[in-house]
Amino acid sequence: MFSLGLPRWWPTCYDPGMCLGIPGKVVSVQGMEATVDFFGVRRLVRLDVVDEPVAPGDYVLNHVGFAIRRIPDSEVAETLKLFEELAAAGDDEDLLAADLRSELAATQESKK
Amino acid sequence: MSGEPRGVDELKFRDPRRARELTTALARLVESLHRAPVTLMHVCGTHEQAIARFGLRASLPPALRVIMGPGCPVCVTDLGEVDEGVALALQGVRIATYGDMVRLPGSSKSLADAQAEGARVDVVYSATQAVELARATDEPIVFFASGFETTAVVTAAIVLAKPPANLSVLSAHKYVPPAMEAVARLPEARVEGFLAAGHAAVITGYGLFEDFARRHRTPVVVAGFEPLDILAALVKLLEMIRDGEQSAANAYPRCVSREGNRRAQEALWRVFKAVDGPWRGIGVIPDGNLQLRDEWASVDARNRFRIDVTGLKQAAQSELSRRCLCGKIMVGLVEPTDCPLFGRQCLPESPVGACMVSSEGTCKIWHQYGGRPDLGTQ
Repeated sequence: MFSLGLPRWWPTCYDPGMCLGIPGKVVSVQGMEATVDFFGVRRLVRLDVVDEPVAPGDYVLNHVGFAIRRIPDSEVAETLKLFEELAAAGDDEDLLAADLRSELAATQESKK
Repeated sequence: MSGEPRGVDELKFRDPRRARELTTALARLVESLHRAPVTLMHVCGTHEQAIARFGLRASLPPALRVIMGPGCPVCVTDLGEVDEGVALALQGVRIATYGDMVRLPGSSKSLADAQAEGARVDVVYSATQAVELARATDEPIVFFASGFETTAVVTAAIVLAKPPANLSVLSAHKYVPPAMEAVARLPEARVEGFLAAGHAAVITGYGLFEDFARRHRTPVVVAGFEPLDILAALVKLLEMIRDGEQSAANAYPRCVSREGNRRAQEALWRVFKAVDGPWRGIGVIPDGNLQLRDEWASVDARNRFRIDVTGLKQAAQSELSRRCLCGKIMVGLVEPTDCPLFGRQCLPESPVGACMVSSEGTCKIWHQYGGRPDLGTQ
């Protein structure tokens, strides 16, 4: 139904994780939306409920298509570790990795 | 099944020394309490996924039990709420919902069953996709929304952003803190400390748990999802138990603050109010359900449609579902492996209970990572 422009490793699994959020780097901000880079995939994320103003270069935690926190600069490296490994995990049956991908699927495809 | 839990060896590439320090500290702390077992509860499906995936239970001292409480929003969605979605779908209303909700059993039917009878159910990953769906058509679309406060905030955001007039919301959103209250009051659960879910606390802040900890004389620690985060939070929790500290601590400072995300809280409470409501298998949780406030009646599917669930409720419950232990599993009284259906009649491809449906359900997680995760690696 939706053209999500999914990368090759995308699963066909429909399990949106309801607790997990994922971090990504803000590339640009357009009003209530930001283009965010998640491990090389660019997506649009809503900024309606993020806790602080965000600017390009900031990292945000995304949950079902919305940024829910700007991650303090000092915490970025620590925060990315687990997620980088999960993003690289190719196993569709790995629930953590699958939930992470569902989180990405909740974001809209970026125009560029 | 995706095979064996990966075990503490998995931690090698991160920080094996730190992991060993933490597990040694856990063993020492449990011993210093002079009682066994000590039961700690986490309330988050993602924590259970990480615990199972990394085989963390295998590195815990035998006298320490870490169990999962009501941490799966899909699992606690009540039969009656599923019935409402199914009834609407069978009435011909098009439903947009999160994927796990589709196979979740209601009193007698799931949305998937309704789909097989011709109902239209669209899976969305985000509330914004439900909005897009409504924009692309004139027919009514009901967004059947589930999830804890983290996800309810997002539903609140689309309600506040003036959604198209043909979109309405059927809220099955739940609020975790009252469910922790309910579990803390269960004498047979004997939970001595709680790990609070990291990403829900991003919204609520950990300050919320301070009052809870005092009233129940049970410390609470907010934890992240890295294996080391979880071990560190368990150490903190045991230290607080040893020292009689009845308060809340934050072991996930990189994502969680004391106040939480005020802007998100404001959106959440502008749109929703907490009301008493049933949680599947657990019972009525005071203030556990998030209902749209009266001022949003025009968006509330319960107000806009006449939803008749009597036919669904009257149908007989199957013999199998009567034997399902999900309710007891979700409050930590029994484990999936105690259920006679687990891995036999109840499987991810043919789930009997809600805990086997969702990727955050205890049974599905245990099944996916190889049965009883703590026996996976030795």
